[in-house]
Parts: sequence; structure tokens; C-alpha cells
Amino acid sequence: MSILEVRKLTKQFGGLTALNNISFKVKEGEIHGLIGPNGAGKSTVFKNIAGFYTPTKGEIVYQGKKISGNQPHIIAKMGIVRTFQETTLFQEMTVFENVLMGSLAKSDINLFSAILGLDKQQQKAAREKVLEVLEFMGLTDRKNQLASELPLGSQRTLAISIALASEPKLMLMDEPFAGMNMEETNHMMDLTRKVQESGITIVLVEHDMKAVMGLCHFLTVLNFGHLLAEGTPEEIRHNEQVIEAYLGGAK
Amino acid sequence: MKIIIRLRKIIALIILLAGLIVLPHYLEFHYQDLLIFLIVNVLVVASYRIVTLTGEWSLIHAVMMGVGAYTAALLFKNYNAAMWFTLPLAGGAAALTAALLSFPLFRMTQFYFLIGSFAAGEAIRLTWMQFIFPFGGSGGLSGIEPPIIGSIDFMDPIPYYYLALGVVLICLFILYRIENSKIGMTLHAIHWKAPLAESVGVDTWRYRALAFIIGSFFVGIAGALKIHYLGTITPNQFGIGFMVFILIWVIVGGYKTIYGPLIGVVVLTIFDESVRGFGELRPAIYGGVLIISILFLPLGLESIYPKILTWCGIGSNSSDGPPP
Repeated sequence: MSILEVRKLTKQFGGLTALNNISFKVKEGEIHGLIGPNGAGKSTVFKNIAGFYTPTKGEIVYQGKKISGNQPHIIAKMGIVRTFQETTLFQEMTVFENVLMGSLAKSDINLFSAILGLDKQQQKAAREKVLEVLEFMGLTDRKNQLASELPLGSQRTLAISIALASEPKLMLMDEPFAGMNMEETNHMMDLTRKVQESGITIVLVEHDMKAVMGLCHFLTVLNFGHLLAEGTPEEIRHNEQVIEAYLGGAK
Repeated sequence: MKIIIRLRKIIALIILLAGLIVLPHYLEFHYQDLLIFLIVNVLVVASYRIVTLTGEWSLIHAVMMGVGAYTAALLFKNYNAAMWFTLPLAGGAAALTAALLSFPLFRMTQFYFLIGSFAAGEAIRLTWMQFIFPFGGSGGLSGIEPPIIGSIDFMDPIPYYYLALGVVLICLFILYRIENSKIGMTLHAIHWKAPLAESVGVDTWRYRALAFIIGSFFVGIAGALKIHYLGTITPNQFGIGFMVFILIWVIVGGYKTIYGPLIGVVVLTIFDESVRGFGELRPAIYGGVLIISILFLPLGLESIYPKILTWCGIGSNSSDGPPP
């Protein structure tokens, strides 16, 4: 069963067509890879799904409902959370507070309970959730450090922890492996698999072919805003068009 | 260790409170007046802080104070309403104005928001100027009186000071609670990384508007407090000149912690008074001190305290963020 369906998605910026008639489905519980050379439009697809852009044409359907055109925070409340290409964290907060922010973000504003301190129960539940997430992601012993003081690998892990704390059903991961060394990549692959095994569907934009081929169940390949190919990693590996797109036609 | 720190904080707070209570009895009449306006201005900067938490600096805060003040003045003049009614209603009117303005204003961010908020504020202020009825035009309104309860006449500075102090302390406590709650934390989060906050489900528009409404509510109360003592109200009291003072207090005091703006308003008011003897040179001296403090203390006066502690080797410079 597909949890997310992109239907004939077209996105234009003025006269420039960034995405042209893209359609694909993401199966629930899988890691779905979205790959392609630089400028293929992968991140633009993400921004359309997460609500940061509105599609020019076409629609995005999530759990049978059309979601395109909604604001990012509404889409986040439905259970779709994105992580960012650059390491985007609340730099001046501690690791614990970063994750707490993720877990509290969806709850409603209640001014009076905030002033009178009536939301203790909710706060306590949120704190427990945070500790659980930190334990799951292996960040427990760094919980009181400032986010800006973490090494790159841990910063990426923290970015995923924030997303995880908001209890998503679908996670959009934008290049989580960029700039990582071998060891960090392996660690991140384990974590990604762990997240998927906990029941969260993942859509992954990534350049690191080792990670993509090792993790993804299904791949969608984009090139210059067009859909180039779809298939399992094994099929994609031997697809003539894909090889040509990546190697620029050099034979 | 935690208990000791907490105990120290409580003791410091009690000393401060006792000081505030006995202070007016040792001051001349002129300074008693000044003290009341200082207490009101403390509420002005504290409420401005809530607005700036999201990273948006508005130029409408002084006008919002005016909205509260005009509400109180009109209620008193037309209905002879008691101060117990005018204070919350003044806050409510400012909050309502802020809520309505948040629809156009929060479609803008940063520089555009700054200019937009200034324009909206001027529009309101010019309305007071142009409409002789009911606002009294540029001459404003006069004859707004503080209450008389039994034998206590609040026209005297000392009783009015205690009244203002009580109201301001309650407001400060509420503002403090809000900043240290989930709401305050979310406002900080929006300041640092709005897209990240949005992507985990924070409605940034609503939080920005909420901060603006809360800030306006409390500055509205400050406006009413000021006008009941001052007795006269004119549109020019809430112009860009006063707004610049608010900005200076916050910037010189520092805006990283809740204490910074309060330190700023107190220190600069005392300083401004102490150079009164210099006559025409006074604005120049004031300006010079501002430039020096911004050059050498870019994080504000609040950043001195941790520095002193580190020099003395007492404490490390712990950041005073929201508690975990």
C-alpha cells in the first residue's frame, strides 16, 4: 500500500520548469530513494511534499488525502516531517531542548496553562518521550551539550532525533550523508534502518551511492526535472539511461 | 548546589523587593515622580522583550502603549470608570488592536516588518491627531485622575508608586512565566530556525502573532498606569521618539536574557538624571555613552555580570537559557 503518491507534479519558477510531470508512489514502511544528478529537482520535490512550495500543477496525496497547497506546519501535524540539507538545528539550545522542541511543536498553544503551570503532565510526558528518543538514537550522554558544539555526525543524528520526536509517519531526509566519512556513513545507515524498522516510512534524497544502494528498497531517478527511471536498486544499477545521465554520456 | 543557587536567588529577590518598598521614602518629590515613570517603563521594555523573542523588532510598541493609554483616558473621561476597569480594558484594547494588525503585519518579516509596523503605528497615532472628537487632536486629553480609595489619595506619588509597583510586579511575573514556558521556548526556536520549527509542526504565524498580542496587552496596561498618574495624554508621547528610547534601553541593556532590558532601562534612566546638570550638553553626553556601550559591550550591560564573575573566579559564564 502506498502512503504517499506524487501525481503529475509540475513546478515552475517564472519561466523555468524545475519539475515536469513527475509521478511516483512511496510504499508504506519502505525506504524510498530519490536520486539524480545535481539540479535534477530532488530537493524541489521535497519542498513540494513538505508544503514549503505549492505545486504549479499536479497534486500530492498522502494516506488517500490531497495535501498539496497546505502550510508546512499543517503537513507536519499530519505526520510528514522533513530534515534539512544543511545541518539545521536550534544551535543555541541543548541537545535535550532541541528534541523537546520537536516533541512539543505539535501540541496546541494554551496561554493560561502555561502561566499557571497546569501543563505539568504534558511536560512530563514530553520529557520522557525525549529521553526515549535520545536513548534510541544514542545521544543520551550528549543531552546537556549545546547543539552547536556537537561534531558533524552527531548534529545529523540530532536533526533526525528532532524529527523523530514529533512522531512522524513519513520522514523526508535530505542528504543526511553529505560530507560524512566512512565510519559516520555506516553509523548513519544503521540509524536510518533502525528508524525504518520502528515503522516509519522514509524518503531519502542522497548522492552517496553506497548508502542509497545499501538502504533503499525502491528508487526514483530524476534528471533535469524529468522522471528518468524507477525500480529496485538492482534494476537502476543496470539501467542504461541512468548510467548515461550520471556519466554524462561518456562511454 | 541547586538548592543553594535557588536560595541565593530568593534572598536577592527579597532584598530587591525590600529596597523597592523603602526607596520612595528617601527620595525628593521630583524623584518620586521619576520613580513611577521608571517602574512603568520597566513594564514597557519587559513586554517589548516578548515581541522581540521571535527575532522581529517592531516599531509599533510605543503606539500600542498609547492605545492602552487612550482607552484608559476615554473610559475615565466618558464613563468615569474606575482604574480597576481601565487597566485590564486598556490591555485588552491594545491586544485586540495587535490581533487585528497581525493579519497584515505578519505577512512581512525582518526589515519589511520593521517598516510595516512603523507605518501602522503612525496611522494610529495620526488618527488621534486628526480626530478632535473623541481623541482631543494634537492637544490630547487632560484631567485623567488616579483613584481615591477611602482616605488614600493616589494622586500622591508614594501610594501611586506602590500601586504601580504591585501591578508591574504581577505583570512581570506573568511575562516571566510565559517566557519560561513551552510558549517562550517555541518563540526562541522560531527566532533561531523558523523553517525547522515549521517542519516539525510549529505554526510560526500564530506564535509571532501571539507574542505581539501578549506584548501589546502588557504595554497597554503600562500606558494606562502612566496616564492615570500623569493626568494628560497627547499623541506625541507615543511617537517614534519614545520608541527609539525603548530600543535604546533594550539594546544597551542586552536582549539575551530577561534581565537585560530591565537593567538597561534602570541604568540609563539613572544616568540620564545624573547628567541633568550639564544642560544643553546632556543629549550629547547621553549619545556618547550609547555609542561607547554599543562599541564595547555589544551584548549589553547584562554581559558585564558573568564577566565579573569569571574575573573573580567564582562562576563559569553559564548561559541563562530556558530551563530543560
